Amino acid sequence: MSGKITLIIDGQEIEAEIGQTILDAADAAGVYIPRLCAMKGLSPHGSCRVCTVHVNGRPQAACTQPVAPGMSIENETPELKAHRVSVIDMLFVEGNHYCMFCEKSGNCELQAVAYRLGILAPQHDYMFPCRGVDASHPEVFIDGNRCILCGRCVRASQELDNKNVFQFVGRGIHKRLTFNAPNNLSQTDLAGIDKAVDSCPVGAILRKGTAFSVPIGQRLYDNEPIGSEIESGRRTNDRQV
Amino acid sequence: MMSKPKIATTSLAGCFGCHMSVLDIDDRILQLVDLIEFHKSPINDIKTFSAPCLVGLIEGGCCNEENVHVLKDFRKNCQILISCGDCAIMGGIPAMRNNVPLKECLEEAYLNGVTVHNPSKKIPADPDLPLLLDRVYPCHEVVKIDYHLPGCPPSADTIWEALVALLTDKPLELPYSLIKYD
Repeated sequence: MSGKITLIIDGQEIEAEIGQTILDAADAAGVYIPRLCAMKGLSPHGSCRVCTVHVNGRPQAACTQPVAPGMSIENETPELKAHRVSVIDMLFVEGNHYCMFCEKSGNCELQAVAYRLGILAPQHDYMFPCRGVDASHPEVFIDGNRCILCGRCVRASQELDNKNVFQFVGRGIHKRLTFNAPNNLSQTDLAGIDKAVDSCPVGAILRKGTAFSVPIGQRLYDNEPIGSEIESGRRTNDRQV
Repeated sequence: MMSKPKIATTSLAGCFGCHMSVLDIDDRILQLVDLIEFHKSPINDIKTFSAPCLVGLIEGGCCNEENVHVLKDFRKNCQILISCGDCAIMGGIPAMRNNVPLKECLEEAYLNGVTVHNPSKKIPADPDLPLLLDRVYPCHEVVKIDYHLPGCPPSADTIWEALVALLTDKPLELPYSLIKYD
């Protein structure tokens, strides 16, 4: 089924196609809805809830909710901003996010969304969890301290690399990322060029030997907030996956 | 003429990088001394509070009991407290020990580390040494903090904008380019 419909986002009428999600329709119309677990080219996950919008008054994840005729969507409201700040705050305090020495800093989507929302400090107490680092793989390392459990590597490995390297284990606060091998990452069939490596929004999965290759001031989010490329209709920063 | 408002600064569990960033405002420091008077601060080496201050600038988190004592002293004597830099806000590099029990940290530093030379085989325990806390605490987990300036260190422009806003009774609204966590 296909066909054009119109919806309203923050009072502005936009065109959408039946079958699109709210997030895709908004992107195409140049309206940025913040997101972390959603990524172009991957099936939606709906887990981070950063993209929550109000659809006819009800909260819905924009990345999973299909568009429908008659939808009136709220995106940039003080209430939804407060919700997003709260979610980002919790992601920061639940992990160990040391931006000052993280090589992803400046290109990190978690940090970029926090910058865009104007967060100066989290409102919750830090948990300082104990998480491990796996540097066994010759080309890739994993730092569990920075993982936000978005599941992008899990999906990218399955859907784009046709492998099954990553998976989640545990539930709730015990949930963590693991990989399909008995001991360490080098025993998996992960390759350095895999799209799963590029899919990580934070510095949890990084390619070795590429650190700090872009100087401060020229990194992805140094000068323009995340989402600017969608708002200006340029779409240049969309990762090609 | 009314006396100028006073500003106090301190470095707790920090590296003095944030104080370097204060000095990095360059010649604007001349405008700053027109607006304010430096009170207790490592910059002028005044050790104790003798008058109430308008602004207290805190660098570093709390890693020992002396840090907590100084921070509470600042809260008592300063109208506005600012956590300046990532260490004050989230513990920073010193907080990397928070995942390791304190006993193991000390044993690694003074007994077991591969480069350790410590013939006495003792962990320092002089009563004059401030007692280490079980972990490093961000400042806002110890006292009420009014404003946060992130960055490692916050840029001179960030500190300048914040101080000028506070001293001229304007709202503190940092532009996108000045909100950085690195």
